Amino acid sequence: MIRLDPKKSQNIAFALLLIVTILIIVPVLMIIGVIVKEGYSAITWEFLTGMPKDGMRGGGILPAIVGTLSIVTCAICITLPIGVLAAIYLNEYAKDNLLTRIIKLSIVNLAGVPSVVYGLFGLGLFVMLLKFGVSIIAGALTLSIMELPVIITTSRQALNSVPYSFREASLSLGVSRWQTIAHVVLPNALPGIMTGAILSIARISGETAPILFTAAAFYVPRLPHSVFDQVMALPYHLYIISTQIPNMPKNITYGTALVLLVMVLTMSLTAIVTRFYFRKRKRW
Amino acid sequence: MRKGFDKFIEKVILACGLLAIVFVALIFIFLLIEGGSFFREYNVLNFLSGKFWYPTSNPAQFGILALVAGSLVVTLGATVVAVPLGVMAALYIAEVAPAGIKDILKSGVELLAAIPSVVIGFIGMVTIVPLIRTTFNLSTGLSAFSGALMLAFMAMPTIVSISEDAIRAVPWAYKEGALALGATKWQTMYRIVIPAALPGIIAAVMLGIGRVIGETMAVMMITGNAAAIPQSLFDPVRTMTATIAAEMGETVKESSHYHALFAIGLVLFIITFTINFIADTYLRKVKK
Repeated sequence: MIRLDPKKSQNIAFALLLIVTILIIVPVLMIIGVIVKEGYSAITWEFLTGMPKDGMRGGGILPAIVGTLSIVTCAICITLPIGVLAAIYLNEYAKDNLLTRIIKLSIVNLAGVPSVVYGLFGLGLFVMLLKFGVSIIAGALTLSIMELPVIITTSRQALNSVPYSFREASLSLGVSRWQTIAHVVLPNALPGIMTGAILSIARISGETAPILFTAAAFYVPRLPHSVFDQVMALPYHLYIISTQIPNMPKNITYGTALVLLVMVLTMSLTAIVTRFYFRKRKRW
Repeated sequence: MRKGFDKFIEKVILACGLLAIVFVALIFIFLLIEGGSFFREYNVLNFLSGKFWYPTSNPAQFGILALVAGSLVVTLGATVVAVPLGVMAALYIAEVAPAGIKDILKSGVELLAAIPSVVIGFIGMVTIVPLIRTTFNLSTGLSAFSGALMLAFMAMPTIVSISEDAIRAVPWAYKEGALALGATKWQTMYRIVIPAALPGIIAAVMLGIGRVIGETMAVMMITGNAAAIPQSLFDPVRTMTATIAAEMGETVKESSHYHALFAIGLVLFIITFTINFIADTYLRKVKK
């Protein structure tokens, strides 16, 4: 066996690691690049604010945009307060006992349930049993349960990063536990919680499987009037026009993908930048 | 007054904390009721070992073996590709990359995680699928192989970021010890850092596999949806998730087909529950 000089083998190994990393990052940029290049021409005012025409082969995608925005807004309004309170429980109140371990295990498992199984659950509970029908609210509730573990985990990290001495200082002044959390811990954890929330919004905007049978409609050429309306949704619309509609003009498919991608990536980038900003500004 | 409010809000907080348990239990119970009623009219063994999934023929056949095989082939393929690449990238990001580049690479991985699965599916349809068809001279590029490649890519953020955490959690003293003995940085990495981070890396792999098995939209768009046991990697397959997603919209509610799809959901839930449980056990080891 030939023994390589350790220094030389290190150089080879590091070069290999670098190549692999580039191999993962470059396709990400390529995907974004291709969609921007091919979809750019479709983006017009009429495309963003018009109704679909000619069996969705023309016109705009406004109902899909509005549909996704309404589902996502409802979902985050439900899941954010619950998730933050659950995180407060785990980080500030929970003792290290069996109950806490079961809660943590449940969160891990909730995070691992496949998105299509959430779809089944939403169909069974919200659409059928509670008789909400296929609607914004059924989809939003399904998504909010799916996103709960993510919100809890990110909020908990944010709460956990607030130094313990902050709480001690407040408690030693005779402030109650809840008041300490509300006025000292939460404000300091807020940037972290918001970053997590924005990332969650980005993620649920792109989810298709959970709303497949709970909220999304193939074709509804009007805007929703209430939360009990069935709506078109951007990701589902992209699925439909790229697989189910023959002779679909290419630029409309790419254009739809571009709108979805811009929505999702803008939010993710905002979250990433916010995190960098606050991490730098932190004084403790 | 204030004390009363404190008591009230603390009760609400406890309730929210317990909700995670409630939801996991609810999901399980729902799948059990809806899927379980299917087994009253159809033998469990025939369901698990039947080769034919003909839900709409008469008499209908609900054997999920081909669907399980589809999920398995795609998942194994994706794991084989994703694990070595993902762990190597994690090593590079955690140990080798200079500070400024590290942040950029991490953001890149996070952007990948943010791209919706339906967009990955669409891109796969227009790029990988035709490429595979022409390269391997197949009748269709919609195959297990194309699906595995795309899924490997989608599992990358999970594997990279969790492995990276595990690698960074290896105590400094370990590395300093090795370096002080004259080991090179690379020798330290593969003799000391990787073995020490192994439980975390295993957890990362498990979570990546869990993600791949549960993935629905991209798989449905790329793998060709043929409910037959694949003879090779280049055959079209249909996964359990794709079956649920593709067929639920067309079933009659409360029919046996409808309940059969819930039964598949139950199988999926049990599989991912087990995988996550194992991953969590390993992660707990890391924390100690």
